Amino acid sequence: MTEQIPFDNQATDNFLEKADSLGLDNARLVEMLKTMLRIRLFEEKANELYALGKVHGTMHLSAGQEATAVGTGFAVRKGDYLINHHRGHGHFIASGADLEKMMAEFLGKDTGYCRGRGGSMHIADVTSNNLGANGIVGGSLQLAVGVGLAAKMRKEDRIVLTLFGDGASNEGIFHESLNMAKIYDLPILYICENNQYGMSASVNRVSARTPFKYRAEAYNIPGYYVDGNDVLAVYEFAKRGAEHARGGQGPFFIEFATYRYFGHSKSDRNLYRSKEEIDSWRTHRDPIIRFEGNLKDAGVIAGEEAKVMEQEVVKEIDAAVKFAEESPEPDVATLEDFVYA
Amino acid sequence: MPEITYREAIHDAMVEEMRRDPSVFLIGEDIGTYGGAFGVSQGMLEEFGPERVVETPIAELGITGAAAGAAMVGMRPIAEMMFSDFVLLAMEALANQAAKARFMFGGKATVPMVLRLPGGSGTGAAAQHSQSLESLLIHIPGIKVVMPSTPYDAKGLLISAIRDQNPVCFVEHKLLYKSKGEVPEGEYTIPIGVGEIKRPGTDLTVVSTGIMLHRCLSVADRLAQEGLEVEVLDPRTLRPLDTEMITASVKKTGKLLVVHEAVKTGGWAGEVIASVSESDAFNYLDAPMRRLAGKDVPIPYNRLLEEAAVPQEADIEAEMRALLTNQY
Repeated sequence: MTEQIPFDNQATDNFLEKADSLGLDNARLVEMLKTMLRIRLFEEKANELYALGKVHGTMHLSAGQEATAVGTGFAVRKGDYLINHHRGHGHFIASGADLEKMMAEFLGKDTGYCRGRGGSMHIADVTSNNLGANGIVGGSLQLAVGVGLAAKMRKEDRIVLTLFGDGASNEGIFHESLNMAKIYDLPILYICENNQYGMSASVNRVSARTPFKYRAEAYNIPGYYVDGNDVLAVYEFAKRGAEHARGGQGPFFIEFATYRYFGHSKSDRNLYRSKEEIDSWRTHRDPIIRFEGNLKDAGVIAGEEAKVMEQEVVKEIDAAVKFAEESPEPDVATLEDFVYA
Repeated sequence: MPEITYREAIHDAMVEEMRRDPSVFLIGEDIGTYGGAFGVSQGMLEEFGPERVVETPIAELGITGAAAGAAMVGMRPIAEMMFSDFVLLAMEALANQAAKARFMFGGKATVPMVLRLPGGSGTGAAAQHSQSLESLLIHIPGIKVVMPSTPYDAKGLLISAIRDQNPVCFVEHKLLYKSKGEVPEGEYTIPIGVGEIKRPGTDLTVVSTGIMLHRCLSVADRLAQEGLEVEVLDPRTLRPLDTEMITASVKKTGKLLVVHEAVKTGGWAGEVIASVSESDAFNYLDAPMRRLAGKDVPIPYNRLLEEAAVPQEADIEAEMRALLTNQY
């Protein structure tokens, strides 16, 4: 059964002191806020393009979960492996995605990250060690063990940032993956993004015991349950996990409690949750409003700075849309390319 | 040329490739001290250590997913399913991850992995340890399916499979592990997708592989004593299939029989026959093309029932004779 247990992160009295202790200077804090804004606005634009029929198929929006994306993305290094889940736009942007190639992929264009073959659900950049979003719930958990084995065999100074959700935590592969990661002590940082619902299934209805950190502990892996809408807390624990994994101490598991504002995918009519519940998270626990407030209170940003930042991000996104719209469609004659190497 | 077993040929291919290339490693259940359920990896743990002979829990999806992940970042894993039947537990990693990554990512990923699959019936292991699932595997674009029938082919094809840039399912037949054949020492490769005429003939084309190939060859030898010349082809790879070799033979003989152990419905014989139907070889046919395949049943335990479930030499002989004497 669900246990109402407190988060493992501590509330902080002094925001700046806390940030400082984590090695985050003002410029970095501002960059974190800007990245969160970039994710939110990018997704809102993508949603708009979907409504206009320009994005084909479906999309899994992560709005509301920006703190987990940015907190973890900023805690790992360039060159670390990233294995994403199907709601992974935020993680990809936090890892430094090129918005033009990303939007082009959303529009199915030949200039997109996957040359229009993957779309939002399979967006990847393997050349920079981003092994892609995954359309199969728990897909990232399968690949992570092999990437971890490779990193360990080659004695690389790289960790495997492995993202999945509450839904994947009930797949069998969750257990195979964690068990194997621990017996080989692989450098895997498991990030369980618990956004409360697997499609319509409330996490508490379909999980025999939560939080999931207990399952990590069952495999002798350190597990923590953290407020996923507090970007500083996310960063703190992700950094700790990254250091643990990088230091040869084996896998590390963090469950971030968060919430998605939009439906599971585009067919979702939100019949399984109330408008009040969604509004309550949006109003009281929104990660961007909260972090922006923190930065203002601490004097890191002032006046119109956040607005200006937003305008800059809008320009980036508009440029990405322009690039995507002006890009060519893939040539149908190339349909059978890339099946085999 | 020295004679070695099919098992030794597979073992040697793995060992030689692991010596040559540090990115090659073996992963699977009981492959270490035990030496693998069929003894194929004997001595490999001692030579390469636990980092490159990765013994796993019983977790077929975990093993196959790990192989796919490692391959995507530049390793060349050889994953062993203890029995090919267990690939059904791993189909997600094979079909949804390994097979599709390259395509989904616009050609920017490669997944050079081998999945070794000991398959087939005849050991009394019954329904869940005796299947021939190769036909299921060829239905998935993005993977290659190889099925060697001799020690020579096994070694050369496995080396090619390890060096291939794609996921390759390497289907071994359990009854062949002890079979012997001439295999040169050292490295050689057999290209994936190229079949071989195992026995030339003029009167009937027979396409078969694995254990069934040997049964077909033995029947063909007997028929030759009566002056009936059967051409026996081994495609060696089921995907991609060497249709050129098959159509050329059919044009010569005018008759085609495909023999496989996998169950008939949806079996790869249908694919071979369809490819001939679509080609100009169709015009050369003197008889209906025929399939002789496993019955549409799970493999039973009882010895008599088990034998009756898959083609035996007597069945093959009857079918060949019927075609050779124009009974269809």
